[in-house]
Amino acid sequence: MRYAETGFNLEIDLSRGNIERVETDPQLTELHLGGLGTNTKILWDRVPPETEPFSPDNLLIFGTGLLCGTPATGANRTIVSTISPQTQLMAYSMMGGFWAPELKHAGYDKVILRGKSPKLVYLWIHNDKVEIRDATHLKGKGAVETAELIRQELKQPNAQVAAIGLAGENRVYTASIEQGRSSASRLGIGAVMGDKGLKAIAVRGTKDINLARPDEFIGLCNEVLKYIKVREEHPVPGVMTILQGLGSPQEMKHVDEEWHTQNFMWGNARTRKKDYWNKEVEKKWKETQETVRTRLISCYNCPMKCGAIISVPGISTYMMKCFSKLTYTMAAYSDLDFGFKIAQRATEYGVDGFSTPQIMAFALELYENGILTDDDFPGMPSDNEGRFFWLLDRIVRREGIGDVLANGTHWAAEQIGKGAEAYAHNNIKKHEQLPLKLGMLNPVYFLMYATGEKINITQIEGQFPQSPFPTMEEREEFVKDWIQVPDEKFKQYLLDWELRGERSNPYYPTVDMSVDIVDWQEMMHYIDDALGICAGLSSFPLKPPYHIHNYPALISSAAGIDMDEAGLTQVYKRNRTLLRAFNVRRGLRRADEKPPEDHWKKRFPELEAKLLDAYYKFKGWDQQGIPTKKTLEELGLGYVAEDLEQREVIKNGQD
Amino acid sequence: MAKIKKKIKTIKIDLDKCNGCRACEVICSAFHATPKYSSSNPARSRIRLIREPLKDVYLPVYAGEYAPAECMGRDKYVIDGKEYDECGFCRASCPSRDAFKEPDSGLPLKCDMCEDLPPGEKPLCVQWCLNDALIYEEREEEVEEEVKSEDVEIGVESMVDKYGLQKVMDTVARMSKKG
Repeated sequence: MRYAETGFNLEIDLSRGNIERVETDPQLTELHLGGLGTNTKILWDRVPPETEPFSPDNLLIFGTGLLCGTPATGANRTIVSTISPQTQLMAYSMMGGFWAPELKHAGYDKVILRGKSPKLVYLWIHNDKVEIRDATHLKGKGAVETAELIRQELKQPNAQVAAIGLAGENRVYTASIEQGRSSASRLGIGAVMGDKGLKAIAVRGTKDINLARPDEFIGLCNEVLKYIKVREEHPVPGVMTILQGLGSPQEMKHVDEEWHTQNFMWGNARTRKKDYWNKEVEKKWKETQETVRTRLISCYNCPMKCGAIISVPGISTYMMKCFSKLTYTMAAYSDLDFGFKIAQRATEYGVDGFSTPQIMAFALELYENGILTDDDFPGMPSDNEGRFFWLLDRIVRREGIGDVLANGTHWAAEQIGKGAEAYAHNNIKKHEQLPLKLGMLNPVYFLMYATGEKINITQIEGQFPQSPFPTMEEREEFVKDWIQVPDEKFKQYLLDWELRGERSNPYYPTVDMSVDIVDWQEMMHYIDDALGICAGLSSFPLKPPYHIHNYPALISSAAGIDMDEAGLTQVYKRNRTLLRAFNVRRGLRRADEKPPEDHWKKRFPELEAKLLDAYYKFKGWDQQGIPTKKTLEELGLGYVAEDLEQREVIKNGQD
Repeated sequence: MAKIKKKIKTIKIDLDKCNGCRACEVICSAFHATPKYSSSNPARSRIRLIREPLKDVYLPVYAGEYAPAECMGRDKYVIDGKEYDECGFCRASCPSRDAFKEPDSGLPLKCDMCEDLPPGEKPLCVQWCLNDALIYEEREEEVEEEVKSEDVEIGVESMVDKYGLQKVMDTVARMSKKG
């Protein structure tokens, strides 16, 4: 019997309409766990580097984490992997919600899609019965609307539906996959789904997920719950409100936005409004949020309330989480009321709330600077909010300038020319980043921005405080019950870290310490993404309930795999390195690992080079960021080394 | 029949506090698995979250008596402007819906307040609801003594209703011969 996982994947060929249920190799679970780990392995094996994102040979994988469907709190993530049309590298956006556990209970760990359907279809998975159904009547429908229509037409109120909106159908590079209160947004995976002619996947499952050592596993789950309770009662002092507790940043719960509005940039990641927040704004925003917010809601089997039902009078209800209430607001120099309104339309269209507002602000900046002209914006309203709605409609329909903008700021700038490139200033690896511009370089963040394969800082950071505590008392208080550290040395790093002086940014944490810290943060994310545990309970917040010390027992008692800390660390390294190898095979090199020029005002080219050198060395990669043959072999990835040698990516005498 | 003192166990439900996570369903199904906690499957749970996010309907309902037939009339509730499904508040395992039935056999499920737990422990759905949407209460009442049906009896009763007593007896006899 297979434990924690089902042991079966669904293989769907959309070109031929073929459906197969394929048993998986249990050894792969031991080597990669599941979720992102096994998704990467499948992509490595089956998608050669020449494959274009919109080729029928590109795979679109909906993978569940190993622990999804077990009683482990917060094990609900779906990891969607494919080749990103925006970066041309591997995309692995994730979503919480209810979809992954439902798929496990239907009897599958992954849905692997290939080919392209000649007409728009959706997939209906109901335990052993799997159908490809016509979706032509859903063409152009909103993502939230589509989910409702499918549930009604199947008469399955408990079916979970992941769907794309118009943006995905039109292959907009920032198209998302929406699923109730969650979405897999980044890197354009919705565009790949649309390219495959797949409008939605609906799932209903009523089968058991088995546990290898039930009593031990439930005991550990109860400890996790207990710790969550304790953490909720004891917010971390001395850090900003939204980072004090667990979960993803509690943007739906809190209304105090002083920090974001005054520290994040407005418009096209340009303008800082240091005096924006005042009593008047606070009162108005509080009123707006409390009026539209019907209820705080959770994902499957998780007590955190990171999402909310949003009902703006006069427009249809939708669900929101995290930061998207501010992205449109700030990009348009508008206020919260506008943010909630436009986010409704954006959610139905199915677009990434991070990149899309920046693309629109970028277009308006080009217009203001004469690079784009009135001819490019026929019929655009004159008010800022109206312009944003107008631009959103053009982008998701790929009409006029919208067709250019739909490819994201990097490709749009290249196509527009005339110096437009300078306005696409907030990208890493061709992908729009948080609109954050800071003063002094933080060495840990430099490394995470530069090298993260997710190309999104929130999916890389966590665990270690973002800035030092001002006083020794605060630091001592913080490290006192810091049980999550993999090694005691991390406590010392924090104790010694000062706001000013010798032991402050950018030279402290030192290069080696920075590499250590980044490695810990990455490790937790890679483990979470393989297990399907939400980062909000593990890799993202300070002092989370899941950590490197309790994960091995959770994994082995659930799945029946022998696992200890050393073993789990090895799995992490294997998964991390395989993902790097996949991207390296597609051309990723050191030159691409650059945070935006203007991310920090004070830059230190020599230090930055040293940081990258040390990071690569620590990982067992060469100075181009290519994993060495030796490293690959040590991780049981000899076949990867062979492939990279054949393609002359790894050359003789690799340093 | 004689009067006896009986402990009445109730779970008070605060709809406003429900965050819709279904942890109650998860732990219920795991606790009632055989062996205990050996599997999880919300479809086997004795508590169900009726959940329609876009209408803000979040309604945990736990399984009550098995009903052999559908009721003739249905109730429709509108509370705070929210319209609930006509079977929404009903706790019966009944022929008109899938809720509270074993997914494979179709046999009815009933909440037993986790009676196998050590005394003093609250039912697990309550323990796992960190948002306090489910609140456990106990009180003592004088009631007439009654014979309590066991799980097997409830199951057999539903089989008898469905197939008739004779057919069930024949099947049991045939199965015991094979033994």
